Amino acid sequence: MAKMTMVQALNLAFRQEMEKDDRIIILGEDVGRDGGVFRVTEGLIDQFGEERVLDTPLAESGIAGMSIGMAIYGLRPVCEIQFSGFSYFCMHQIEAHASRMRWRSQGNLTVPMVLRCPYGGGVRALEHHSESREAFWAHIPGLKMVIPSGPRNARALLISAIRDPDPVIFYEAKAIYRAFREEVPEAEEALPIGKAQRVLEGKDLTLISYGAMMRPTLEAASLLKEKDGVEAEVIDLLTISPLDEETLVESVKKTGRAVIVHEAPRSFGPGAEIVSRLMEKAFFYLEAPITRVTGFDVVIPLFSKEQAYLPNAPRIIGAARKLLAQ
Amino acid sequence: MPRNKVDLPYHVEYLSVLDEEGRLDQALEPKIPDDLLFKLNKAMVLGRRFDERLLSLQRQGRIGTFAPITGQEASQLGAVAPLVAGDVMAPSFRETAAQVYRGTPLETILLAFGGYNEAALLVKEGKDLPVAVPVSSQTPHAVGIAWGMKYRKQQNVVMTFFGDGGTSEGDFHEGMNFAAVYKVPLVFVCQNNQWAISVPRSRQTHSKTIAQKALAYDMPGIQVDGNDVLAVYAAAKEAVDRARAGGGPSLIENVTYRMMMHTTADDPKRYRKDEDVEPWKKRDPIQRFQMYLKSKGLLSDQKIEALEAEVKEEIQKAVEHAEELMKKYSDPLHMFEHAYAEMPAHLKEQREELMRELAGMPKEEPHG
Repeated sequence: MAKMTMVQALNLAFRQEMEKDDRIIILGEDVGRDGGVFRVTEGLIDQFGEERVLDTPLAESGIAGMSIGMAIYGLRPVCEIQFSGFSYFCMHQIEAHASRMRWRSQGNLTVPMVLRCPYGGGVRALEHHSESREAFWAHIPGLKMVIPSGPRNARALLISAIRDPDPVIFYEAKAIYRAFREEVPEAEEALPIGKAQRVLEGKDLTLISYGAMMRPTLEAASLLKEKDGVEAEVIDLLTISPLDEETLVESVKKTGRAVIVHEAPRSFGPGAEIVSRLMEKAFFYLEAPITRVTGFDVVIPLFSKEQAYLPNAPRIIGAARKLLAQ
Repeated sequence: MPRNKVDLPYHVEYLSVLDEEGRLDQALEPKIPDDLLFKLNKAMVLGRRFDERLLSLQRQGRIGTFAPITGQEASQLGAVAPLVAGDVMAPSFRETAAQVYRGTPLETILLAFGGYNEAALLVKEGKDLPVAVPVSSQTPHAVGIAWGMKYRKQQNVVMTFFGDGGTSEGDFHEGMNFAAVYKVPLVFVCQNNQWAISVPRSRQTHSKTIAQKALAYDMPGIQVDGNDVLAVYAAAKEAVDRARAGGGPSLIENVTYRMMMHTTADDPKRYRKDEDVEPWKKRDPIQRFQMYLKSKGLLSDQKIEALEAEVKEEIQKAVEHAEELMKKYSDPLHMFEHAYAEMPAHLKEQREELMRELAGMPKEEPHG
């Protein structure tokens, strides 16, 4: 086992899958010679050639649309949109075609593609480089929406996304691209899409999060234990859509309390859907209202103030204490 | 410090083989075997009569909104005629005659316009793309498929269609640019029918021709009399052959005219006069082609009559069959099919919810 950053782990997933399957084609802006602006595809052009790692013209809709055509033809394109803030150019292609082609053709044509993009705040970036708009994609029937939270699950989920028969939107939190390393086994490892993970067992309340927000969430759980003697259960969603309702409901039935943490704006965000599912399936087990710790309903501020916008451990602990007092 | 003329490799030609009276420019006559000429004639007649039948069905409320193709038979059928097995068509939504020519059953078209998703279940052969309603959004798909053919070293080509309005869309330009950069086997066919709903061609682009847009991407572009099936065939054959031989993409502009409304939900009297349409009646693609066939001794009034009867019967049978299928495909639960390869839990639950409602059963109380 080697200790790897998320960038290295994603790169490993590509290498191993591309060696085995010549249907996998990487395309996007600067993904070839430059290895991607975050270096996720570094060195792949040398190993697999320009035929399988395509530097494209600067046109996101064209990239997504071309990927759809490749997938229909029987290939397994993985396109990179350089920042999620530029992915709205291709939203039409994904909404109007990638998500619907199976349905429109009644199973005759399918779109097994992956659209990857870095998302989220915390890296002192320019405007349009820090948003978390996963709800946009999660709202579209026919898509799957995956967000890993660290090197090991990023690698295992990317493998599953590439192999998935349906289109997968794969968000990579740039705040954790290089923030920490994890042991990543050399041997192949895949995680199922649509399955959340209970990363910490507890009985007093459930903390639900994903992506870069798993770090402050776990930090909050550890501080709650240390300072308050509270045992929080922590769930990492890993897949936003389809949501693993079963795991969430099971946990909340046990703890009776839940805090949902995401950096996306609060209104109509993934948290709203989770609250609704828990109300439908675990209402009689609740000891307190479910609460959300999220980004505010504003444009994420430029970086001098982004830390105040992003959820953090104290904010999560505050919300948890309020719930536990009820 | 020079200021020289940059020599560009292409210029734009206009191609016409038959004049309005069906007279031939012999030097330009494409070599088309007789059986293909007959096939094209039948497809054009079928396309026209099917369009008329669809309009009547729509006016009776038996199908929903559709986009008529009348007047554009040559423009689409001449274009797809040079395609062979394994080639792919990526249509917009006004290529009904071309879809039928390439094997889509009439019943599929009737079911689709009748509001049935199950329409696609009848498509058994080929991998043509379905109709793309959002304008020009299919052009990047065509690039991806053509790129796949090149990657897999298949001697196949893709042909994609769009209208004059479609050339204003970003996806058209992104598709043209990508196709040229990767030199994929792709033929772009613009059915310039002069109207994008109510907006005339002159308001769509300031360019003199649509064909010249090819020059910006350094690919061949040609403007063709789109109501002359021989000219369309000749231009398409040349572009298809070039693409198949590894010569990359081309753009063909078929100058034609939308004789009918944009769709049946539209009233053209709001924005154009009958006299605008009048000159195009003389350029009818079917009449011109049949005059040519007669002059070659390949067609007679008697044969036309027999063909019309054959086509009428084929359409009648398809309408009857489609209406039977509509009864068969009546299950609302079908809406949950083909959303994903495997139905996720939340969809199973929602399907169950509708199933109970349809069965008149009370919804189970929320459990907790």
